[in-house]
Amino acid sequence: MTYKAGSGHPGGSLSSADIMAVLYFGVMKHDPKNPKWEKRDRFFLSKGHACPVLYAALAEAGYFPKKHLATFRHLNSILQGHPHRLKTSGVEMSSGSLGQGLSIAAGMALGLKMDGNRLKVFCLMGDGELQEGQIWEAAMAAGHFKLNNLVGIVDYNNLQIDGSVEKVMGLAPLADKWRAFRWNVIEIDGHDVLQIKKAFIKAGQSKTKPTVIIARTVKGKGVSFMENQAGWHGRAPNKEEYMKAIAELNRRTV
Amino acid sequence: MSDLHLKKILELDSMKQQPTRFGYADALLDLGAKDKRVVVLDADLSKSTLTNRFAEKYPKRFFDIGIAEQNMLGMAGGLSLTGKIPFVTTYGVFLAGRAWDQIRTSICYADLNVKLAGAHGGLSVGPDGATHQALEEISIMRVLPNMKVIVPCDTHQARLATLEAAKISGPVYIRLGREPIPVITTNRTPFRFGEAQVMQQEKDVTIVACGLMVYLSLLAAQKLAKDGISCQVINLHTIKPIDRKAIIASAKKTGAVVTAEEHQLAGGMGSAVAEVLAQECPVTVEMVGVKDTFGESGQPWELMKKYHLMDGDIIKAAKKAVQRKK
Repeated sequence: MTYKAGSGHPGGSLSSADIMAVLYFGVMKHDPKNPKWEKRDRFFLSKGHACPVLYAALAEAGYFPKKHLATFRHLNSILQGHPHRLKTSGVEMSSGSLGQGLSIAAGMALGLKMDGNRLKVFCLMGDGELQEGQIWEAAMAAGHFKLNNLVGIVDYNNLQIDGSVEKVMGLAPLADKWRAFRWNVIEIDGHDVLQIKKAFIKAGQSKTKPTVIIARTVKGKGVSFMENQAGWHGRAPNKEEYMKAIAELNRRTV
Repeated sequence: MSDLHLKKILELDSMKQQPTRFGYADALLDLGAKDKRVVVLDADLSKSTLTNRFAEKYPKRFFDIGIAEQNMLGMAGGLSLTGKIPFVTTYGVFLAGRAWDQIRTSICYADLNVKLAGAHGGLSVGPDGATHQALEEISIMRVLPNMKVIVPCDTHQARLATLEAAKISGPVYIRLGREPIPVITTNRTPFRFGEAQVMQQEKDVTIVACGLMVYLSLLAAQKLAKDGISCQVINLHTIKPIDRKAIIASAKKTGAVVTAEEHQLAGGMGSAVAEVLAQECPVTVEMVGVKDTFGESGQPWELMKKYHLMDGDIIKAAKKAVQRKK
């Protein structure tokens, strides 16, 4: 997608890919044939720049034909450079300005609870994004309103545009921060499918608190030359790089 | 004028006065009773914005989000996605200003059905001073695609505008005031969203105003009539979408327009009117408003005088406009 677009964010998309696969194909209740189904779980991509991984999941699930993936970021495409709910079937919310998704997810979780719904609300955040103050406003509110139907996931790949997260603006101790805001915290390897699945099951059992899954991930996961390279945050591969990356990813899925 | 409260506009001291936030609070109570989807959010200012009245009656549909405006906007967006109709309320500076990017991306770009009520609009906020006097919201809200902007002229109109906002799909911004201001319409004065209210049909000069300035414009028009200058007064309560037809029809008739607002001149209601006139009916325009400066502490009417927002200032502008068109 990013190769065809000539721009985009492969690094943070690859780091979330395993989480997204488990969510869309093993955890969430949803129906691609009926995207507005009232009884669906909701997913919000707060780190909007990782939309290639969301679009890939939605296309794979059947929300729209896969041929659209080649139009990502092109004029008149249904796949905008950052997600837009009015353009893409299956996209619950527009995002791209960082730090806003958790508030939307919290409002949604609150509304669902008011109506006696037992549906789940998931929100995927980047680690760099946690530097936004609004995230912590939302974290405080979700703890305060006891939104146990809300599950946040932090894609903790430890890289942002200007370098390592710890060097740019440190987050540690991250788990303690969430606990202090009255959240359950589950720490996992974000590329271990079993651990991811178990974490979501455990999150679903929370009685009074929202849950955050802190997923340790590798930016650019699965592509040797992209892994742990901040430079691959917002840069698309050229043809040669693309061929190499696809070959490596294909070997991994076999 | 038949649907106005008073046949004659009186000097300030003789007028019945009430803040527009009262009308907003009344409307929320009506909406609460009528429509279970209506929820209200506030950021620790419910006693001042008067959303506490809704909170007492409908505690399960009221959410105090604390002093966290950005999150409040996002949560309102999330609530709207579950079919609720959130009314988000706090002071205009903190609502429109502090949470502008949230309003832009999460509310307007996504076209969510969220209503915003910005209290403490204008200089007439008074002693709290510049930090709390919203003078820029009309500009920064009307520039956003999908946003609608309403500035009611008194408490009755604030009530009707709020009821109307609940029926409109998508984001709406309503500007409210802190200070009691003259009540010039009645409960029966119709409020038609997007349709300017022509209050006087005369011929020499048009005065387009919103909010408190509508009363002051009527007062000015009355005084101007004694000097032989007859005014058409337009209450432009809906600033976006703007009523081009009414503005152009009036400008064609009078050939001179004065705009009056309790807001920065740059980008505000007057600018919106001037944009229409410049493109479709270029006539002489004089603008009354805040001239690229912040406010300060003081009593509301002292500030209105100091910053040249009184009926006398409108009279001066009208005379100049009439002079210029000759």
